[in-house]
Amino acid sequence: MSVSVHDLSIARGGIPLLEGVHFDVPAGQALILRGPNGIGKTTLLRTISGLQPVRSGRIELAPDSVTYAGHSDGVKNTLTVAENLQFWADIYGHKGITSALESVKLKTLADRPAGMLSAGQKRRLGLSRLLVTGRSLWLLDEPTVSLDASSIAMFSNVLEDHLQRGGSAVIASHVEIALDALKELDLMPFRASLDTSTFLEDGEV
Amino acid sequence: MIALLMRDIRLAFRAGGGFGLALAFFLIVVVLVPFAVGAQSALLAKVASGVLWIGALLACLLSLDRIFALDYEDGSLDLLATAPLPLEGLTAIKALAHWLTTGLPLVLVTPVFAVMLNLPAEGFLPLAVSLLLGTPALSTIGAFGAALTVGVRRGGLLLGLLVLPLYVPTLIFGAEMARRGLEGQDYTTPALLVAGISCGTIALLPFAAAAVLRANLR
Repeated sequence: MSVSVHDLSIARGGIPLLEGVHFDVPAGQALILRGPNGIGKTTLLRTISGLQPVRSGRIELAPDSVTYAGHSDGVKNTLTVAENLQFWADIYGHKGITSALESVKLKTLADRPAGMLSAGQKRRLGLSRLLVTGRSLWLLDEPTVSLDASSIAMFSNVLEDHLQRGGSAVIASHVEIALDALKELDLMPFRASLDTSTFLEDGEV
Repeated sequence: MIALLMRDIRLAFRAGGGFGLALAFFLIVVVLVPFAVGAQSALLAKVASGVLWIGALLACLLSLDRIFALDYEDGSLDLLATAPLPLEGLTAIKALAHWLTTGLPLVLVTPVFAVMLNLPAEGFLPLAVSLLLGTPALSTIGAFGAALTVGVRRGGLLLGLLVLPLYVPTLIFGAEMARRGLEGQDYTTPALLVAGISCGTIALLPFAAAAVLRANLR
């Protein structure tokens, strides 16, 4: 099992968002999180990645198996495309960035400062970071924002290759992603009830 | 770790990276003080080491909010926090990068600026050594303050208020070392105290900075 979530409750700023969330994502499969804005998709991904504390419940995953890609890409405008990616490759001990740049069609722009890229190209550069991490579980928060139709198709191909290599992914997205090994989870049934006792417990009242 | 250090140094030297900012501020202080003091070279020589210490301290302060704020704004900090790097190591490396791009250049230009303030030649070495021993503490304390205020809107003012009181012991003993050196007295005790402050902050504050960073990223 790549990631297994049991009876998970999460909160943001002391306000409970989701309760009793449970799902399994085996190797070779991706899970799309659905739900309206503010329901807690980002917080759920940040909790699985370890950035947010768990309120209650359990997350099972292999240590050092996770990489997270948030709303922002972590791209440095004054570094070139290659320098940006090489930095992450060095951090994760990955050798070579050429294939990752080719996968996101940025090889010809390798020497261009990232500040001169379009929003979509920056997003692609941010996504190429996933390929040099060597991590099996990708946690992706709205990965297709700013991407055009062909770039979304390119992202789908990258994701499919990752799944075929035995990787897995949990993705928060409002966009349809064409993949066979894909499941969806609607988070609405897990929305937390905002009762007074919960607020008292969190010290907010 | 080395990759992070090299990236931060590279970013500091690129356009808008803030490398020249501290030096420019230091230069402005050194140029303006003689105008304010007037044509009294003896008085200028007497206050030179203290002025240079205050200039270096404020120049360091100027670039502190860049230590974590830029990474926080572009999302790098989240990515680094989930990368295979201990957060304590990350904060230590960030402080080291700040020192290499701010504190160390200030130390290196100090003899030149000291001439502009009419500091006697015998005061150059103790002043430079006191800054060399003290500026690591300024960067490390600053990194802790920057971690405390990361994510706070207009956190620069708050950062100054938090960090300046913590800078006072370093300033007192650093300036005292420079003064004693200038007057030909033994400056071993203040030198050891400044070095002790630097060693203590380097040993402890990366852990505290990592803890507050972890809390601020939630």
